[in-house]
Amino acid sequence: MSEATGNVKVFAPPAELEKPALVANKHDIGWISDTIAGVAEGQTPKWWWIAFGISVTMMTICFSLILYLMSIGPGVWGLNHPVMWGWAIINFVWWIGIGHAGTLISAILFLLRQKWRTGVNRAAEAMTIFAVMCAGIYPLIHIGRIWLGWWLFPIPNANGIWPQFRSPLMWDVFAVSTYFIVSLLFWYVGLVPDLAVMRDRAKTKVRKFCYGLFALGWTGSNRHWSNYEKAYLILAGLSTPLVLSVHSIVSLDFAVSQLPGWHTTIFPPYFVAGAVFSGFGMVLTLLIPVRRLCGLEDLITKRHIDLMCKVTLATGSIVGYAYLMELFIAIVYSGSIYEAFAFKNRMFGPYAWGYWIMMTCNVIVPQFFWMKKVRSNLMFVWILSIFVNIGMWFERFVIVVISLHRDFLPANWGYFEPTWVDILQFLGTFGLFFTMFLLFLRFLPIIAIAEVKAITPQADPHHPLGGAKTGGHY
Amino acid sequence: MSDTVKTYGIIAEFDKPAHIISAAEKVRDAGFRRWDVFTPYAVHGMDKAMGVKNSQVGWFSFIGGVAGYTSGMLMIWWMNAVDYPIPIGGKPMFSPFGAFPPSYELTILFGAFGAIFGMFFMNRLPRLNHPLLKHRRFEKASHDKFYLVIETSDPKFAETEIRAMLESQGSKHIEMVED
Repeated sequence: MSEATGNVKVFAPPAELEKPALVANKHDIGWISDTIAGVAEGQTPKWWWIAFGISVTMMTICFSLILYLMSIGPGVWGLNHPVMWGWAIINFVWWIGIGHAGTLISAILFLLRQKWRTGVNRAAEAMTIFAVMCAGIYPLIHIGRIWLGWWLFPIPNANGIWPQFRSPLMWDVFAVSTYFIVSLLFWYVGLVPDLAVMRDRAKTKVRKFCYGLFALGWTGSNRHWSNYEKAYLILAGLSTPLVLSVHSIVSLDFAVSQLPGWHTTIFPPYFVAGAVFSGFGMVLTLLIPVRRLCGLEDLITKRHIDLMCKVTLATGSIVGYAYLMELFIAIVYSGSIYEAFAFKNRMFGPYAWGYWIMMTCNVIVPQFFWMKKVRSNLMFVWILSIFVNIGMWFERFVIVVISLHRDFLPANWGYFEPTWVDILQFLGTFGLFFTMFLLFLRFLPIIAIAEVKAITPQADPHHPLGGAKTGGHY
Repeated sequence: MSDTVKTYGIIAEFDKPAHIISAAEKVRDAGFRRWDVFTPYAVHGMDKAMGVKNSQVGWFSFIGGVAGYTSGMLMIWWMNAVDYPIPIGGKPMFSPFGAFPPSYELTILFGAFGAIFGMFFMNRLPRLNHPLLKHRRFEKASHDKFYLVIETSDPKFAETEIRAMLESQGSKHIEMVED
């Protein structure tokens, strides 16, 4: 195939080398803004109201139970000796981990020049922010006296004492708050040009004012784009070590202690891989229905889903490898009877069911993604992604509860059971998460409009579709 | 009062990125100084076509990062070793290793602040009242059109020559913009 453009013939690459387009059906760049902005304009669909109603109800349950916890104390949870760290820390680590896929997509894939990230990065970053919000609740409420939560930060107080910086829990405060702030700013900087799109399309005064205010007067000036692209690159460069450090530091909460099952150097990379794995699970769980409900099949194509399945497979395999290596280190290599016992107890002890749920969901389930047939069957991918989410929750359950319930002295052993407050509060955080996510779907462009435009051939000044006559050589 | 309206500049609309790139090269080579290109996305190669130098935003970020790391280390040393020493398990009152993780996070935090606020500062944003934002065609600048604007304050500004030059580059709409 060739297209005659002027006096030079530009040959298209052979068909077998062509990858499926990231914006299907050769839409022009105007269509991209119309479609993406259209999701946040027009009438609110019925499904949105139903989903929003359910989410707000669940969120209310979560906050009511926080109030209940504040009035009675953390005893309303199933915590008791020897398991003094239960669902609160499990849910915290799980939600934080979910967030990691958003930063991986927005920062690491940006540095790796993966163009497909533009189709999913906005929604994934939003997911990061909302997941970190859900996670942030738990460290705050698990301290019991929530009104003293500010003691976690180095703010002068009446006691004249400062936080103790040799504790990994203190490092966690810095890691998680930095993660939240930087993710939020990164997301906002990405949103500014798209808020300008919303402003320019707005029909009512109120919309024009609100979008205009947050668009900060963005005009699309190339002198601005030049600084903007540089800042975006730097932010991606900063977010990459940030995302790797956050879950590493979360893992140090465990690894720096002396408890068998926690005291291990494999934790940082193993936690980071697990976090990205669970995060991609959640991105798939969210975006497969969203692309259908919002009519975005040409922007979040099957190729996007296919590539995300591959990342899930890769990180899931790292996690599986880490599980096996962990067993080898503890049982064969360490020579410590306590370490060996902790792991045998995981496999065959009273919580063996939790361990085997984890192994099935995290080691076996992602291996289905080797098959192209599976990766292109969206219903099946969606079901597998839910198993990934469940499996990663159980990973944290295994690490936290199974390690704590039987430590060195048999006289200290016990069995942990969650209470109804544990369970409903955790389900309630989904209410918070989905309330935020639905508001995001309704009011903001859920795909990065300017970035998707930039990766189409129509936008490339050196491509015949972008008006190039001679092939170009800039 | 006189009814002469002050003009901000001349605006030319283009349909394709390749056309605006070649127009930008022409304007650059003609030696204009107060002019700009407005596009719905960052067009690759436009910086070179306009003669825009490498962005200086990196310096803001670098200074932020250095400040973050230094303030983290100093804060932890002062709080835990000087102002209120707490002996914990025989560990030293201050050790750069224990102080590293929070300082590392502060490096990233302040570096990110530097990049973001530096970018907005370099762009002189937020600025909510730009003459172009009042122009009726300009709302397509965030949609699918490409605009080249030369300000009347440019020392080389001459309306008829500019019109002829931009028309020869394939612009179909050239108008004056009120200030």
